[in-house]
Amino acid sequence: MSDRFVAEHPPPDVAGSPDRGRSWGGSAIVGATIIGVIVFTALVSFVWTPHDPLLVQGAARLQGASSEFWFGTDRFGRDVFSRLMMGARTALFVGVVAVSLAGLVGTPLGILMGMAPRWLSQLFLRTNDLLLAFPALLLAIMFGAVYGASTFTAMIAIGIATIPVFARVARSGTLQVLSSEYVLAARSAGRSRPAIALRHVLPNIGGLVIVQASVSFAIAVLAEAALSFLGFGTQPPTPSWGRMLQEAQELVAVAPMQAVWPGLAIAAAVLGFNLLGDGLRDRFDPRLDDSR
Amino acid sequence: MADPMADRSRVPDADTGVDAGPVYEVAGLERSFPQPRTRLLAPSPRIAALAGVSFEVRAGQRFGIVGESGSGKSTLLRCLGGLEPATAGSIRFRGREIVGKRERRLGFLRRDVQLVFQDPMASLDPRMRVRHIVREPLVAQGTPGADARVAEMLEAVGLDPAAAGRFPHQFSGGQRQRIAIARALAVRPSVLLADEPVSALDVSVRAQILNLLADLVQRFELTLVFVSHDLSVVRHVCDTITVMRDGGIVESGPAEQLWERPRQPYTRQLVAAVPTLRRALSGAGPAELVRDAAATAGGDRSAAADEAHDPKDGR
Repeated sequence: MSDRFVAEHPPPDVAGSPDRGRSWGGSAIVGATIIGVIVFTALVSFVWTPHDPLLVQGAARLQGASSEFWFGTDRFGRDVFSRLMMGARTALFVGVVAVSLAGLVGTPLGILMGMAPRWLSQLFLRTNDLLLAFPALLLAIMFGAVYGASTFTAMIAIGIATIPVFARVARSGTLQVLSSEYVLAARSAGRSRPAIALRHVLPNIGGLVIVQASVSFAIAVLAEAALSFLGFGTQPPTPSWGRMLQEAQELVAVAPMQAVWPGLAIAAAVLGFNLLGDGLRDRFDPRLDDSR
Repeated sequence: MADPMADRSRVPDADTGVDAGPVYEVAGLERSFPQPRTRLLAPSPRIAALAGVSFEVRAGQRFGIVGESGSGKSTLLRCLGGLEPATAGSIRFRGREIVGKRERRLGFLRRDVQLVFQDPMASLDPRMRVRHIVREPLVAQGTPGADARVAEMLEAVGLDPAAAGRFPHQFSGGQRQRIAIARALAVRPSVLLADEPVSALDVSVRAQILNLLADLVQRFELTLVFVSHDLSVVRHVCDTITVMRDGGIVESGPAEQLWERPRQPYTRQLVAAVPTLRRALSGAGPAELVRDAAATAGGDRSAAADEAHDPKDGR
């Protein structure tokens, strides 16, 4: 047999990719496109917006869509399109910080607890479930009440509330990896537990964590909008989609489109990250789908 | 093979000149697993995988363990490899006790004993390149010159050293098992524990892997402990065979003796259940072979004969 010569059977997939020729699904592509547009808009807002998003123009209040103001103006005469562009910045910033905080704390915690003795692991799981049941919004409102409402307190609170989600995912993935024969082989090779965590567990649960990050990002964007809507998040005059929605809500009978635009932006961002998460899950998860 | 004791010059403990005794001394080894609780107050019931196993493996021996699935043979091997804690009893490796030791105190074992597992798909980390897989024991034990050793080992198991940059899924089952063998032998162990190393492989490559193992055992003067459910495979590779059943040892002895003159009825069934060319040519199907086996054993326990003729044997 040609068992000896590897080169005779070039694999069909891209060299270097551990995932066998699985293609990206439609939802991942659609999701990534939506997110791409939002990210692009946010980046462009740093150098250019059609108008100054903070400039109050009393003469141009509550205008409808026109070639001058693409999405119209709000009740202070500020350009809605410019404010939406800048609001994308806020939404993404909050998402990145909150998800990074949750992932960077939650993932190692989950791995640690997955490798802990059984009783400790169980204790952790119960505590984690308790924290998981605690609503992020409530935590953020408490934070806002104590430290003063701002974008910063909102994203820290959202991040902290998301830690248990990552911890749980990482723990269950870790248990799965630890029961595999390659970990047995690593132990027999003389690898220490930290080395196994770093070299075997982390790379193998990476896919799970990335999927979770995408889904959590959507939730973080939504949470920021909700907090800003309630007044516990981003403070005026900084544009935030939630804030814009709240301001438009009072005038919804006069200028209904004012509420539609930020609403659409929030929906698009949430949809985009959820679709991407689903697509990534299809790609990464099948090997670990027994994990709880 | 005639004199397995003669060439143990590189056994560390044997450097004194005299044979340092058995490599493994296993005495009264027990291992049980807790079952889910059935009553609130009573302790959870335990199921015994090993119920008092005792034997010795001498340096240079090729020690085969045969048994049907559930007989405890894999558990036994994992205990020998220090990967599974024993519930009671003792395993001495070159005179040093390994039962009850913490994992980080088993360094002496890791340097000298390596394992090859059943399923090479599961025993190779899918996210590691072959280079890092084979290098893992070297790095873990701080051996210098790892890269050169990786190429050397890949060559020794019949793989192209260029394979080092690839991932496990890019290889066939046989090739993967070669990678696993290369990893096991990279740190120059003196003992190789093989847990059904060919059971997960295609029939067409089994013989290749078995021959490779036999060659390497001879070339590197290894002591081999080989576990299989397949008596014909064990007979091919080993010089001593131990038959296990329900966590205990049924019979033990030199391979040829056990094959030609089995003393225990259960061993007779196992031997009789091995398909032979003569019987296959005479038109006997698997069912008839099982019936023959039961008849040979005196007609008792034909159910056991069914089990002994594990369907995997026929693959």
